[in-house]
Amino acid sequence: MTLLTVANLVKTFGSEQTETRVLRGLDLTLEKGQMAALLGPSGSGKSTLLTILGTLMQPTSGQHTMLGVDLTRASDADLTQFRNQHIGFVFQFHNLLPDFTALENVIFPTAIRDGRETAKARACGAELLIRMGLGERVHFPAANLSGGQKQRVAVARALMNAPELVLADEPTGNLDRASALQVMDLIGQINRDEGTTFLISTHDEKIASTCKRQIVVADGKVSG
Amino acid sequence: MLYAFKIASRYLTASKAQTALLVLGVAVGVFIFIFMSALIGGLAEFIMARTAGDISHVTLQAEPVDPVLLHSFTGTTLLVQEPSTQKDALRDATNFLSLITDLPQVKAVSPQIAGSGVLRRGTKVAQVSIIGLEPGQESAILDLAGYMVGGDVQLRSGVVLLGKQLAEDLGLTLGQSVQVQSANGIDAALSVTGIYQIGAGGLDRRSIYVSLSTARTLFAMPQGLTRIEVKLFDLYAADAVTAHITALTGLPAKSWTEDGAQLLEALSAQAQTGYFLKTFAMITIIIGVASSILLSTYRRRPEIGIMRAMGASRRFVVLVFVLQGALIGLLGGLCGAAVGYLALLPFPTRDAFRSGTLPIDITQGSYGLAIALTFIGAVAASILPARAAARVDPVTAIGQ
Ligand SMILES: Nc1ncnc2c1ncn2[C@@H]1O[C@H](COP(=O)(O)OP(=O)(O)OP(=O)(O)O)[C@@H](O)[C@H]1O
Ligand SMILES: [Mg+2]
Repeated sequence: MTLLTVANLVKTFGSEQTETRVLRGLDLTLEKGQMAALLGPSGSGKSTLLTILGTLMQPTSGQHTMLGVDLTRASDADLTQFRNQHIGFVFQFHNLLPDFTALENVIFPTAIRDGRETAKARACGAELLIRMGLGERVHFPAANLSGGQKQRVAVARALMNAPELVLADEPTGNLDRASALQVMDLIGQINRDEGTTFLISTHDEKIASTCKRQIVVADGKVSG
Repeated sequence: MLYAFKIASRYLTASKAQTALLVLGVAVGVFIFIFMSALIGGLAEFIMARTAGDISHVTLQAEPVDPVLLHSFTGTTLLVQEPSTQKDALRDATNFLSLITDLPQVKAVSPQIAGSGVLRRGTKVAQVSIIGLEPGQESAILDLAGYMVGGDVQLRSGVVLLGKQLAEDLGLTLGQSVQVQSANGIDAALSVTGIYQIGAGGLDRRSIYVSLSTARTLFAMPQGLTRIEVKLFDLYAADAVTAHITALTGLPAKSWTEDGAQLLEALSAQAQTGYFLKTFAMITIIIGVASSILLSTYRRRPEIGIMRAMGASRRFVVLVFVLQGALIGLLGGLCGAAVGYLALLPFPTRDAFRSGTLPIDITQGSYGLAIALTFIGAVAASILPARAAARVDPVTAIGQ
């Protein structure tokens, strides 16, 4: 079953003289429950594609539909709500709100949805943190967590509203191999257990090989 | 709203020193606002009490009758006119006294017979104005009782109250007798039973007070009055009451504001100065809050990006930062008001103002206004930076 499709996606940056054409008519379809790695040389447009798929940025042209919704025509308010309910993010840096605890960070998307932090959300968030091996760190300030712990908190948060799609932009980029594999292992488990679709950009072949599908971005298009 | 409040308060508590400094800055502004309010208000109160509060607010007095020139001369004419005592000016005035007294705005009424005369003691002579007051109502208009420095204020027939300056000029002391001659040429020997000091040199030297009956004798006025002075509860109502009294009695009445225009102007200029200073205090608060919220939005840009990516609406981001401004405004306002109140406590109350002390009126601190304005100002100050923050592009903010 198709989760999202982008067709003839074009993204250019800058004005006429300095124009950079990053995506040049890219087509991509993701099926529900897929675990896909996004590969490609630096500057090929992996992050650009992920932010467009995450509705954080509008393409210059092309179609983008997810769950049957045409996302190129939606208003900012609609996209914000769509993101909150259907898309989870894990970024490479700057993932957490440093002045909040691990648990508070994890339940943020749910609190935004509900307008407050509910007991149910707290229980659910704590459970996710335990599942990420962070049972000891539930009430730890996010600023004091290690890099690997932060990424695991970010994964937990991305899963909090049970989204259909999780986009991760080099989630293991600044982790050592052991922590990187640990994070990937957890992502793999979630993918198997919950059927959540993952799209993970990475430079690391070994990380990419843990995914069932490899998508390579080159010359503004994809193969694979 | 509730959740935005949680985020906002966490942001404030996360950088405690910075927040404390900011609240302190706002509190200082509020303190200046309150101090200025109390000072300007107290000063106005003080000046009013010392001037307009101590004079007749409505005076009924006949216009002096200009003598008619019987012969007209050619060339330059020098006219010499004796001061008129306006003898029959307010002949029916006594009939209206109770009418005026019964007006709800009227605090006190003082029927008077006044005229000029001279005071003699041995070879010393002083030109004075003689004012006859109703015994028992000596302090109805001017607070004579409060100004007494010797003897007592009680008027009887045959006694006179003098200003300290005049008494010194004539070498008079309490209990001594002095010769008074009115402009009508009537003499009387009066004994000095009270000496007052108003402070305004003119009054202390120029006016003497006798009983109404003594004045009747001196000015040969068996009935009638030369003027009625009226004091009001609200001295700003003088113009309206004056018009009312004129309509009621047909007597020519004059409001203190006619001559007190300068005083009112000075007071309003003083109030203006106060408004300026208070406005500046508010502007300082607003700039302070606006710049700190702006700084906070810059510092937290990546976090704003994360929140937006997680599905926080622009409205939510605006709310987070406006609530920070509101909290700072409220805290600063409350602290400033509390400190302001405590700082004003040692100053004497409005009834105990003395010359030489700062006449600060703690009851005129405008505490509620200061807190409300600060709160509103702080909210207003944070709206623009908060809106700008809500519009940041999440992608560049996260900086991936
Ligand atoms: N906001 C922007 N303005 C101008 N050019 C941009 C902008 N964002 C990205 N680019 C350009 O688009 C191209 C693709 O960038 P992108 O970040 O998507 O690459 P990437 O594949 O994620 O690279 P990396 O592997 O290094 O993260 C780059 O050449 C980059 O300079
Ligand atoms: Mg990238």
